[in-house]
Amino acid sequence: MVDQVETLYLIASFLFILGLRGLTAAHTARRGLILAELGMVFAIWGTVIHPDIMANLEIAGFFQTYKWILLTFFIGSAIGIAISALIPMTRMPERIALSHAFGGLAAALVGVSEYYREQVIAGHMDHTTMAAIGFEVLFGGLTFTGSLMAFGKLSGLIPGRNITWPLQNQSNILMFGGTFVLLVLVTIDPSNQVLFYAVAAMPLLLGILFVAPIGGADMPVVITLLNSYAGLAASATGFALNNNVLIIAGAIDGASGFILSVVMSKAMNRSFRNVLFGAFGKVDEEDAAMAAAGGERVQEASVGDAAMLLSGAGSVIVCPGYGMAVAQAQHVVGELAEILEANGTQVRYAIHPVAGRMPGHMNVLLAEAKIPYTSLMELEEINEDFKNTDVALVVGANDVVNPAAKHNPASSIYGMPVLNADLARSCIVLKRSMRPGFAGIENELFFAPNTVLTFGDAKDTLTKVVEALS
Amino acid sequence: MLEIFLGLYIFMLAAFVGYGVIKGVPALLHTPLMAFTNAISGISLVGSLVAAGAHYNNVSTVLGAIAVLCATINVVGGFWITDRMLRMFKKQDPKADAAGDA
Repeated sequence: MVDQVETLYLIASFLFILGLRGLTAAHTARRGLILAELGMVFAIWGTVIHPDIMANLEIAGFFQTYKWILLTFFIGSAIGIAISALIPMTRMPERIALSHAFGGLAAALVGVSEYYREQVIAGHMDHTTMAAIGFEVLFGGLTFTGSLMAFGKLSGLIPGRNITWPLQNQSNILMFGGTFVLLVLVTIDPSNQVLFYAVAAMPLLLGILFVAPIGGADMPVVITLLNSYAGLAASATGFALNNNVLIIAGAIDGASGFILSVVMSKAMNRSFRNVLFGAFGKVDEEDAAMAAAGGERVQEASVGDAAMLLSGAGSVIVCPGYGMAVAQAQHVVGELAEILEANGTQVRYAIHPVAGRMPGHMNVLLAEAKIPYTSLMELEEINEDFKNTDVALVVGANDVVNPAAKHNPASSIYGMPVLNADLARSCIVLKRSMRPGFAGIENELFFAPNTVLTFGDAKDTLTKVVEALS
Repeated sequence: MLEIFLGLYIFMLAAFVGYGVIKGVPALLHTPLMAFTNAISGISLVGSLVAAGAHYNNVSTVLGAIAVLCATINVVGGFWITDRMLRMFKKQDPKADAAGDA
């Protein structure tokens, strides 16, 4: 039986990696997904014939053995499908944050269950298993509450701004260090139940305290880091249960989260340390003062002016940002592009890596609006083309098109790679108000002589532009 | 003791393989990638299933059952939403699209 289980796990691991490889190109991605799904079927098959379950099957019978598995599996599937089928694409970051929370909770619960079985009931647990379970509940708990906080911030249930309090970083680091010491102590003495439950409980608090000070615009980094932690929690579960497929799947997930968080940090020109402990909010005041001195001469354009500019353009690059997601304007962007293209205008999209609230957020929204992915360009691909482009259309983006990042060392976003929207012959910015962007700094682009601003909800404005053009 | 080292070897190699493969995923597919790895990491379902089905004791069974619930939401929901996203990615260039392949 063990051989069969291990064979099935081996096949599952192979299919996971093969499936992941499919994701390296858009046209093979769905094939990859199917392979991974198949892998999951093998992994589950291998598990329901696990020796411990089979032993119970012989004593208790089919119904007693599988009743909880079947019940929770069906309820879980129903919930999973309901959430995934109904949630709008604009709310994808929340969906991902929530699923990290579930993943973290599942790992933590399995950890506690294992501890209870081996130590509390059987009275014996070796040090290595204890260490694995310790890491499992640590990463699991941290991921659980941290992701719930991220979910709360993204969905607006709790304020998205950074919540700060005195000696925040010091106390957080101290508590994390303390938890780690407890983890070492319980590894030395697994029989100390109070220590174990402290190790299981502390990360729950830490998750909340760590994410609280991080603002909404930094959510891409937080989500990807939590993704990584969820993977590490799964891997630790694998160590605790001596389950190789869990170790492999967890390691892959951990690596993926790690890569994405590095990509995100680079795109913001900030270090992990700066995102996690850095005070984005604290530099705001200086910049705001600087901006106030910069004057307020913006050129406002009516919907008609914007429509005229667009209809006369030979080439347009759309720069979408989080504002497009908030206004749900992606579909009307697609409609506008269709009209312009029918006129012979070349329309492309410049996607900044941190536009939106998670990696790839804008790509998914534009794909939803039936925009072919071949016109979605990454920053490096398209940034040189702005200077030969007639109109840059900025839809709900702000900091990612701020030229101050290129030449103003005083700016808090100086050094961050930005889209060269300022180099286009003219630039139309769709904006709700003159409120500064998330970084809290003024955007030089808005005051440039070749920039016009059209105020209003991006979706309304674009709908009117589309009406004017058709 | 040997088992833990075997596990660490597997972890290390899987992390490198994962790193190498995922490096090649274009930014275009980063959101589906997150949903995809999320579904795969729902593999902790495997651990929860044993806890919920082996009936070691009542506490383990209850904790395991809740864990199965959470992990299943991730596995089934994660694959579902990845598919929903990937179906939206269309390849045709704009001209071919306008030519009539709506």
